[in-house]
Amino acid sequence: MRAGVITFPGSNCDRDAAVALAACGAAVTSIWHAETELPRLDLIVLPGGFTYGDYLRCGAIAARAPVMAEVARRAEAGVAVLGICNGFQILAEIGLLPGAMISNAGLKFVCRPVDLEVATDASPFTAGYARGQAIRLPIAHHDGNYVCSEAECRRLEDEDRVAFRYMDNPNGSTARIAGVLGAGRNVLGMMPHPERAADPRLGGTDGRILFQTLLETLG
Amino acid sequence: MAIAADEITPELIAEHGLADAEYERIVAILGRAPNLLELGIFSVMWSEHCSYKSSRHWLRRLPTEGPQVICGPGENAGVVDLGDGMAAVFKIESHNHPSFIEPHQGAATGVGGILRDVFTMGARPVALLDSLRFGAPGHPKTRYLVDGVVAGIGGYGNCVGVPTVGGETTFHGVYNGNVLVNAMCVGLVAREQIFYARASGPGNPVVYVGAKTGRDGIHGATMASAEFSEAAEARRPTVQAGDPFTEKLLLEACLELMRTDAIVAIQDMGAAGLTSSSFEMAARGGVGIEMDLDRVPTRETGMTPYELMLSESQERMLLVLRQGAEGRARAVFAKWDLECVAVGRVTDSGAVVLRWHGEEVARVPVAPIGREAPLYERPHERRPAAVPIAALDVAAPLAPGEALRRLLGSPDLASRRWIFEQYDHMVMGDTVQRPGGDAAVVRIHGSNRGLALTTDCTPRYCAADPVRGGMQAVAEAWRNLCAVGARPLAVTDCLNFGSPENPQVMGEFVGCIEGMAEACRALDFPVVSGNVSFYNETDGQAIWPTPTVGGLGLLADLDHMATLAWRHGGLALVLVGETFGWLGCSLYLREVCGREEGAPPPVDLATERRHGELVRSLCEAGLLEACHDLSDGGLYVALAEMALASGIGADLRLPEACDSPTAWLFGEDQGRYLLAVAPARLAAVEAAASRAGVLARRVGTTGGAALTLDGGDAISLRELAAIHEGWLPALMGTP
Repeated sequence: MRAGVITFPGSNCDRDAAVALAACGAAVTSIWHAETELPRLDLIVLPGGFTYGDYLRCGAIAARAPVMAEVARRAEAGVAVLGICNGFQILAEIGLLPGAMISNAGLKFVCRPVDLEVATDASPFTAGYARGQAIRLPIAHHDGNYVCSEAECRRLEDEDRVAFRYMDNPNGSTARIAGVLGAGRNVLGMMPHPERAADPRLGGTDGRILFQTLLETLG
Repeated sequence: MAIAADEITPELIAEHGLADAEYERIVAILGRAPNLLELGIFSVMWSEHCSYKSSRHWLRRLPTEGPQVICGPGENAGVVDLGDGMAAVFKIESHNHPSFIEPHQGAATGVGGILRDVFTMGARPVALLDSLRFGAPGHPKTRYLVDGVVAGIGGYGNCVGVPTVGGETTFHGVYNGNVLVNAMCVGLVAREQIFYARASGPGNPVVYVGAKTGRDGIHGATMASAEFSEAAEARRPTVQAGDPFTEKLLLEACLELMRTDAIVAIQDMGAAGLTSSSFEMAARGGVGIEMDLDRVPTRETGMTPYELMLSESQERMLLVLRQGAEGRARAVFAKWDLECVAVGRVTDSGAVVLRWHGEEVARVPVAPIGREAPLYERPHERRPAAVPIAALDVAAPLAPGEALRRLLGSPDLASRRWIFEQYDHMVMGDTVQRPGGDAAVVRIHGSNRGLALTTDCTPRYCAADPVRGGMQAVAEAWRNLCAVGARPLAVTDCLNFGSPENPQVMGEFVGCIEGMAEACRALDFPVVSGNVSFYNETDGQAIWPTPTVGGLGLLADLDHMATLAWRHGGLALVLVGETFGWLGCSLYLREVCGREEGAPPPVDLATERRHGELVRSLCEAGLLEACHDLSDGGLYVALAEMALASGIGADLRLPEACDSPTAWLFGEDQGRYLLAVAPARLAAVEAAASRAGVLARRVGTTGGAALTLDGGDAISLRELAAIHEGWLPALMGTP
């Protein structure tokens, strides 16, 4: 699998994502946000961090980066796109995923491992989990409170596009949503950090399954 | 010479915090009266903060050398050898006054400054720690200060993407008017890639990079060198504002340019900004620097040379480049959307010469500003030693279980989860021991080795007996590193005290230094960097002497790292070290008996060393299931902390002849550890202890869902956890 990890000014989980992917056997390329062309890729990762310092709105400025037009084209062409934390915020800003993120209900940054329910196994990201499986991944964000309209939420449920749900909602997200899939099921945005649970030394490997699954489903 | 001579009045000299004798020395150095710009330059360079004029004499007593030391005090940060071609760069620094005036920005820029001190040496920062001292929990400002400082630290470190992995937080009324915020940063660098702040090569360009200069923080260093008063709030404009996003760009741009051979010298613009960076780089290299100040990028109009030289705007660096490397530097900084402007060049004049639109506006010789800097041997008074308190003279108003409940929910022992969950402590993917243990452990990226990190000081011990307190601060840091299985390598220190002009405060300072020096020598634990923060007092009320010790150790094999948590029942609990039941100055005495008195526990450095080395060898031999050092609150508190971390209880057995169970359970005797050992390995552990001449006796067994004492007096872990976790959220009013 050829994976590209995009670095925007202020990305800070780009190395972590690359390390987790490489450990699973992916060939990882680092991509600068100012690029307008991309090599052939099976997976594009928008990593966590504070692109443009979260100024204006989380992910709002990065969503206008030169590389994003090509990312959107690849996503429409069916290439897998994974947005983690700030990457999820960018995907929501550019409209590849529905909804938006506002400040956590507690108005504080929260960094801790949380229990999640895998809400669907029908995607190239989550096929390696069982539907309903309980997993534990760390979160680390100040603006992870997912909001969407009631109609949007119903549609996500009807189309089985909620990927992960918090067991114990740490940020006030609508319907405890922690991750959502795009309509084509090849775009996933999630606030929890699977790359932080991909090495037994760091206290868990539940996130590693996601990367291994991508390798298996995308070759 | 076209330097405009300003009228320097006695009022102006006093406003700049310069003594009359200091002013006379300036006139002697220049051979004429200074102008206002030059006066400003001298005032910051000779401020207590930058010149260490009251502390230098005593700091020489601290040992700074050892085979592991690559670079000791005097550079932007200290450097120690980690083997395998790697080095650790680390330093701790105070940002106390700004944090009291504007807690969010004050703490944030403290983190920003210490990060720059580390990456200016070529190291990638890999961990942050913070030692925080707040006023009484009930004081009207405490909640506001805790909230702002924690959000400021998190807001900065989280955005830059360096994990905040540890530190300490305590509360006491002596800090009501002067909180302490000490930030420590640790970075990793290949041994041959270390950069120094030593300007050289006349003709080489001097380049300004990073954020633009504004009027913030003018005279910040001078502010940090004076006492506080109630009017301190009015100084808010002297607090700098931080921009962690720019810092992240600056970090990446500097490290990228450092991979080329473009940089000759580099220093961040911290306290005293452009002044200290230019003068210190020139002084280290024995050269001169000339700068055209009108080329400095500004974010406000109408800024004067005086303001430009004294601004403490954040996220800026001064570089000396090789000739011809300017284009490469500009390209790298442009990629990261940062300013990169040649503002001057290195000269062989031995002076810093400043021009403003072509006209010379200042000329100050570099060497004398350091060589002739004031050095004060201020009078110091030793306080009479505190009187020891006999264990049998301490009442036991509560049963042991009740006392334990009280202590675990007390301000200095309650869980710090509310704080550390606001810090991203996992980013960079190498945090192998998270906050809450004896020391944080960060893996050396791509290896199976780790850095163990801690900050320690027990100010109430230092207040009661400065020498013993200074010794204990070093010993506890050393112990915490041993407790995770690391070999302690070196120390960075942040010495927070009241006014050095007060002989009693100076006596505390001298005492703490003596104790620290003795401990550092006995434990082969040299001081490689640090910072002195005097004038921590408000309206004449000084803080307790607080010499924060930041310790760094190396774990050669992460497979042998120890943690607090045991994973099974039926393990033997082994207490290493002798228990005399020292209750003087203890948290038990304060929290349970309401008494703040007595001499602190003695520190036997030879014993400390023997015990630490034994524990480390047991870790390395893979004989331990869990390990914890004993400190605040003594044995019973340590046991409870281990059980809470484990989720599995334990039974503790009182010794057969025990005069005072209270003293045995809660005494704060030093040099002790509590170990959990599998039954099959108990004989090996006991044999090793006996060979080392160390007292190690079995005191209990793990198991169950409660803590019990001699099988009775059960306290469920669920209840203890609620008490332990509940205090800080209740204080702050948010979960």
